[in-house]
Amino acid sequence: MVPVSTSFATQPWLRRFVAQPLFWPLLTLALLLLGNGVFNPGFLALHWRDGHLYGNLIDIGNRAAPLILVSLGMTLVIAVRGLDISVGAVLALTATVAAWTLTQVQAAHAGSNLLPLAWAIVAALTVAALCGLWNGLLVVKVGMQPIVATLILMVAGRGVAQLISGGQIITVYYAPYGFLANGFLLGLPFPLYVVATVFVGLQWLIRHSALGLFTSAIGHNPIAAKVAGVRAGAIILATYLFCGLSAGMAGVLVSANVDSADANNAGQLFELDAILAVSIGGSLLSGGRFSLAGSLIGALILQTMTSTIYAVGLPPQLNLVVKAVLVFVVMVLQSADFRSQVRAWLPWVRKGEQT
Amino acid sequence: MSAPASPSVVLHATGVGKRFAGSVALDGVELCLRAGEIHALMGQNGAGKSTLIKLLTGVISADSGQVSLDGRLVAPTTPVQAQALGISTVYQEVNLCPNLSVAENIFAGRYPRRFGFIDWRAVRRGSRDVLAAVGLDINVDRPLATYSVAIQQMVAIARAIGVSARVLILDEPTSSLDEGEVQELFKVMRRLREQGLAIMFVTHFLDQVYAVSDRITVLRNGRRVGEYLADELPQPALVSAMVGREVALAEGRDSEHRPAANAPVVLSAHGLGRRGKLHATDIQVRRGEVLGLAGLLGSGRTELARLLFGLDRSGEGRLDIQGEAADLHHPADAVAQGLALCPEERKTEGIIAELSVRENVVLALQTRMGWRRTLSRTQQEALATKLVKALGVKTASIETLAGQLSGGNQQKVVLARWLATEPRLLILDEPTRGIDIAAKQDIMAEVVRLAGQGMAVLFISAEIEEVLRLCDRIAVLRERRKVGELPGGCSEQEILALIAGDAGEVA
Amino acid sequence: MNAARSIAAFIGGAREARHLALAVPLGLFVAMALVGGVFYDGLLAPQVFANLLIDNAFLLITAVGLTFVILTGGIDLSVGAVIALSTVLQAALIQRHGWHPLAAISVVLLLGTGLGACMGLLIQRYTLQPFVVTLAGMFLARGLATLISVDSIGIDHPFMAAVASIRIPLLGASLSVGALVALVVVAAGVLLAGFTSFGRAVYAIGGNPQSASLMGLPVASTVIRVYALSGFCSALAGVVYALYMLSGYSQHALGLELDAIAAVVIGGTLLTGGRGHVAGTLFGVLILGLIQTLIAFDGRLSSWWTRIAIGLLLLMFCLLQRLLVRRAPEQGES
Repeated sequence: MVPVSTSFATQPWLRRFVAQPLFWPLLTLALLLLGNGVFNPGFLALHWRDGHLYGNLIDIGNRAAPLILVSLGMTLVIAVRGLDISVGAVLALTATVAAWTLTQVQAAHAGSNLLPLAWAIVAALTVAALCGLWNGLLVVKVGMQPIVATLILMVAGRGVAQLISGGQIITVYYAPYGFLANGFLLGLPFPLYVVATVFVGLQWLIRHSALGLFTSAIGHNPIAAKVAGVRAGAIILATYLFCGLSAGMAGVLVSANVDSADANNAGQLFELDAILAVSIGGSLLSGGRFSLAGSLIGALILQTMTSTIYAVGLPPQLNLVVKAVLVFVVMVLQSADFRSQVRAWLPWVRKGEQT
Repeated sequence: MSAPASPSVVLHATGVGKRFAGSVALDGVELCLRAGEIHALMGQNGAGKSTLIKLLTGVISADSGQVSLDGRLVAPTTPVQAQALGISTVYQEVNLCPNLSVAENIFAGRYPRRFGFIDWRAVRRGSRDVLAAVGLDINVDRPLATYSVAIQQMVAIARAIGVSARVLILDEPTSSLDEGEVQELFKVMRRLREQGLAIMFVTHFLDQVYAVSDRITVLRNGRRVGEYLADELPQPALVSAMVGREVALAEGRDSEHRPAANAPVVLSAHGLGRRGKLHATDIQVRRGEVLGLAGLLGSGRTELARLLFGLDRSGEGRLDIQGEAADLHHPADAVAQGLALCPEERKTEGIIAELSVRENVVLALQTRMGWRRTLSRTQQEALATKLVKALGVKTASIETLAGQLSGGNQQKVVLARWLATEPRLLILDEPTRGIDIAAKQDIMAEVVRLAGQGMAVLFISAEIEEVLRLCDRIAVLRERRKVGELPGGCSEQEILALIAGDAGEVA
Repeated sequence: MNAARSIAAFIGGAREARHLALAVPLGLFVAMALVGGVFYDGLLAPQVFANLLIDNAFLLITAVGLTFVILTGGIDLSVGAVIALSTVLQAALIQRHGWHPLAAISVVLLLGTGLGACMGLLIQRYTLQPFVVTLAGMFLARGLATLISVDSIGIDHPFMAAVASIRIPLLGASLSVGALVALVVVAAGVLLAGFTSFGRAVYAIGGNPQSASLMGLPVASTVIRVYALSGFCSALAGVVYALYMLSGYSQHALGLELDAIAAVVIGGTLLTGGRGHVAGTLFGVLILGLIQTLIAFDGRLSSWWTRIAIGLLLLMFCLLQRLLVRRAPEQGES
C-alpha cells in the first residue's frame, strides 16, 4: 500500500471529523434515536416524576446496563486476540449464586438488613472472578484456543447453575436486592451508576497506566510486543478475569431486575450480543485496536434497536434477524479482503488513512 | 562430479527485473539451468534469491525479462501453474500436510481411483515406487509429521518427481538437517541428476555447494555477479563475490573512540548454546566497545543474539551481566537488566505497524517502568520528538502510524525505542539490511557515537565492510559455532578466510 | 469374489496407524457400558442401545456434518438453530399450507444447504472467522424460525405419523426410521471422508491450508462445500427431529451445537482440524447418550449433571489433545 504522505492534522476538518473512531457508532445511535423520535412522538421525552427521571432514553440505558458491562469485558479480551463465549453461562451462574446465597443468608439471619445483600454480591463476584480466572489459565498456561477454552465453561456453567438451583427458578423475596436493578439514586436508575463507575474506572486505568499501550501492542503484534519486553501472559489473564467479573456484575443486575434467577434462560445468546456491540463500536475482532466507549455505544445501539422494534410494533423475533444481518454487514466491512475488492471496483475511492 | 559434454538448457531466464514499492529486487538477472546438472544459486539476504525463486514458481510476476522452458516462453501466474509446466519447488518449510500420510502427500490431488472411490492400495503401491526412486524405503501409511524434516523433504522431492518435473528447485533444503541427512539428500540429488533433471540448489552453506554443485550463480543486490563452474571458483573468491564491496565510504575507525583496554565487562557468556541452534559459545562485550559478529546467513548469529536477550531459553552455559549471573526467562528480564535488541526481522519482530511512531518509541522504556508508572503524554512526545530528530527519522509527525514509514525509517524507530531505555548493551541484528544508503550512514554514525559515550554494542552484520569500519573486535561465526575472534584493525581477507573456512577443508 | 475383495480393500484402506484415535472413544463407550451394566440392572439390553440411537439420531446426523467442518479447522455454531428452523418450516408448510411432507422436506434440505453454502462463501471469500459468521447464522436461523411461528406447531399429517411409528428390527432390537437414517449418514460420512478427494482435501486443509493450496488442492470450493454439507446435515437432522417430536418449534435443539461439538471432540477429532474420524463421532454421540441414560437409570442424580459431565469430558479431551499436539512437533519442524 502506498503510504499517505500528508499529515493527519493538515487534512480538511470534515475528513478528520469523520475519521474519529467514534463517529460512525455515534451517528448510528443518533439516527436510531432521532428516527424513533420522528415516527414516535414523545419517544425522546423525559419526565421528572416522584423524584425520579423517567423516559424511553433512561429505559434504554437501564436495560442496556448488563450488556454494556459484558461488552466492556469482551472488548478487552478481543483486544488481546482472545474471545470469551462463556459470558452467558457465567451470567446465569452468578445470577443463580447470588439468588441462592441471598435465600440462604436470609434464612440464617432473619431480620438482618443488608447482610444477605452483601454476602450475595461477594459470593456472586467471587464465583465470576473464578470463572474468568479459569478461562484465562486455560488460554495462557495450557495454551488452548480461546474459543475452545471458553466453550468448556459455556457447556458446563449452566449445568453447575442448575445444580445449585435444583432445576428450579430461584425467587428472591428481599426488597434491597431489587434496588440494584430497579432502584433510583439521585433520580437516576442505580444500574446507570454501576455502568458509569465501571466505565470511568476502566478508562482511567487504561489511560493512566501502561495497560492500554500494552494491550494494543499485544493485540497488533504479539511477537514484537514480546521482544519489546511486554509480559503478555499476565495481561491476557487479567482481561479474562475482568471479563468474568463483568459477566458476574451483569448476572447480579439481571437477576435483581426480576427478583429471580433462571439458570436455563438467563443470558441466553448474550455472547453474540456482546461480540456484536464490540464490533459495532469499532474494535477490531482480530485484536489490537479497541474502544471501550465504542463498545458502550454499540451496546446502546443494540438496546435501542430492540426498543425500536418493540415500539414500532414489529414482532420482537425480528430482533434476532436484524442483529444477525448487522453482524454480517459489520464483519464484511471490517474485512480487508472486502475493502480491497471495493477498491478494485472503485479506483477513485481513496482509503489511505487508517482511523 | 562431471557435467555432461554440452548439456541442454532446460530453463533460461534473461533480463529478469522486479521492483517493489521503490526498491529494486532484481535487475537484469540471467539464469541458465541445464539438464543433468546441479546449479547452485548463492547470495546474501536481500540479494534477490527468494524473489527470483518466487518468479520462477509463479508466486509473483516479473516486471521485465523473460523465462523460457525447453525453448518455450513461460510465465506462470500461480504455483499450481508452475508445477503443471514442470517447475517443482521444495522449500525449507516443507510445504506438505503434516497430518496426512506419506502416501497421501505424494498423491494428493491426483489419486488413482476404483469405482469412483480412491484406490488406497494403488496409492500405497505407487508411493512406494516413487520413494524407491529417491532411495527411500519407509512406511507410507504413517503421518508425515512422525518423520524427521530430512525424510519429509525427500517425500516432497518424491512428490515433485511424481508430477513429472523438468526443473527441481530446492530452496535451502539443508538448513534443518544434520550431517548424515545432508549426505543422504546429496545422494538423492546426484541420482536425480543422472536421470537428467535440472536441479537448482539454493543454499548459503559453502561446503555443501562445493560438495554437490556443478555450476554456481551468484546474486548480489539484485544483480547477477556471475555464473561459474564450481571446479573453477575457489571458496574465498565465491565469498568475495557474494559480499563484495559497498559504495566507498570513509575507511577505518575514528581512533578516539576506542574503548579502554580495561573497561568493565558488561556482558559475558560462557558456553552458551542451544541444541540444534548454536554450539557452546563464549563471548564478552566491554563498556564502550563495539563487538562485531560476522558470518554468513545461518551461521548462528541471530540465534546467539536471541539467547543473550532471553528470547530463547539456553540449554547450556552461563550468562553474566556486569559480573552477576543472570537468568533470563523473558525479554522483560533482559530489558530490566539494561539490554536491548533490535531484531533482524524488523517487520514481524520490531515495528508495530498499527501503532504511532511515538507509541513505538516509548514502548520498551514503558515496559521497563512497569505498568503502573507511565510517561505523561508530554514526556512521551518530548522523548519521541528528540529521538526522531536525533536519528533523522523522516516522518510527517510522531503520530503517524509506523507502518507507513519506509524500511529505513522504521529501523530508526526501532532503534529509537531501544535508545530511549539507555541500555548498557545494545544488540543490533542486521540493522542496515534492506535500507537506503543515507539511513545506513545515519545508523552507523549513531552506533559510533553511542559507543563513544560508553554503551556496549554487539553489531551483527553480513556486510564485512561495515563490520570492519565500526567494530573494535570481530567475532566470526560459521555453521553455528564461533570459529575465531579478530581485532578491529584486521583485514577483510582475514575475516573472509575465517568465514570461508580453511582452504583444505572443502568437504 | 469381487465384493469380498472390495470389502477387504475397504478395510485395508481404513487400516491406518491412527487406530489409536478411534480406540479411545470406542474403548470409553464400551467401558462405560460395561461399568454401567454392573451397577444398573437392565442397562445392557439391546433395546437400551437401540434407544440411544433413536433418541440421538438427530444429534448424530448433525455431528457427522459438523465433523467435516471441524476437520478443516473451522466450526459451525448454527447447527441447532438450523434444526429448529427446519422443524418449524416443515411444520408450517405441512400443517398451515397443506404441503405434502416430502415436498416440505425437499425445501427444508435445500434451505439448509443454501444457508450453509452462504456462510461458507463469506468465510472463505472474506477470510472471516467461522466462529462469528456461524454464530450470526445461528441468530439468523433462530430469528427466522421464531418469525415463522412463535408457538410450537404440532404435526399430525398421516404420512409423518406413519413414518414415525415404523420400527425396523435389527439385532434383537428395533430402530426408528430416524435412527436408520442416522446410521446411513454415518456410513456415507465414513466413505466421503476416507475415499473421496473431497474428503481428503478436507483433511489436507485442516493440516495446512497454505500447503494444500500449493499442492493444487481446491481449497476455496472445499471450504464452501464443507459448510454446505453441515447445513444439509443440520436440515436432515431437523427432518428426523420433526419425525421424533412430531412438532415444529423455534426453541427446539437449543444448545445442541455444544453437544454436537462435544460429541465430535470426544470422538477424537481435533478442534484445530486435520485429525479425526467420522466413526469416532458416532462413539462420541453414543457416549453422550449413554451419560444421559446412566443418569436416568440412576434416578438419584439430577439431569443437569449431564451438562457438567459433558463439560468435564470436553475439558479432558481438549487437554489430551493439547498434550498430543505439543508432542508432535518434536519430530521434524514444519
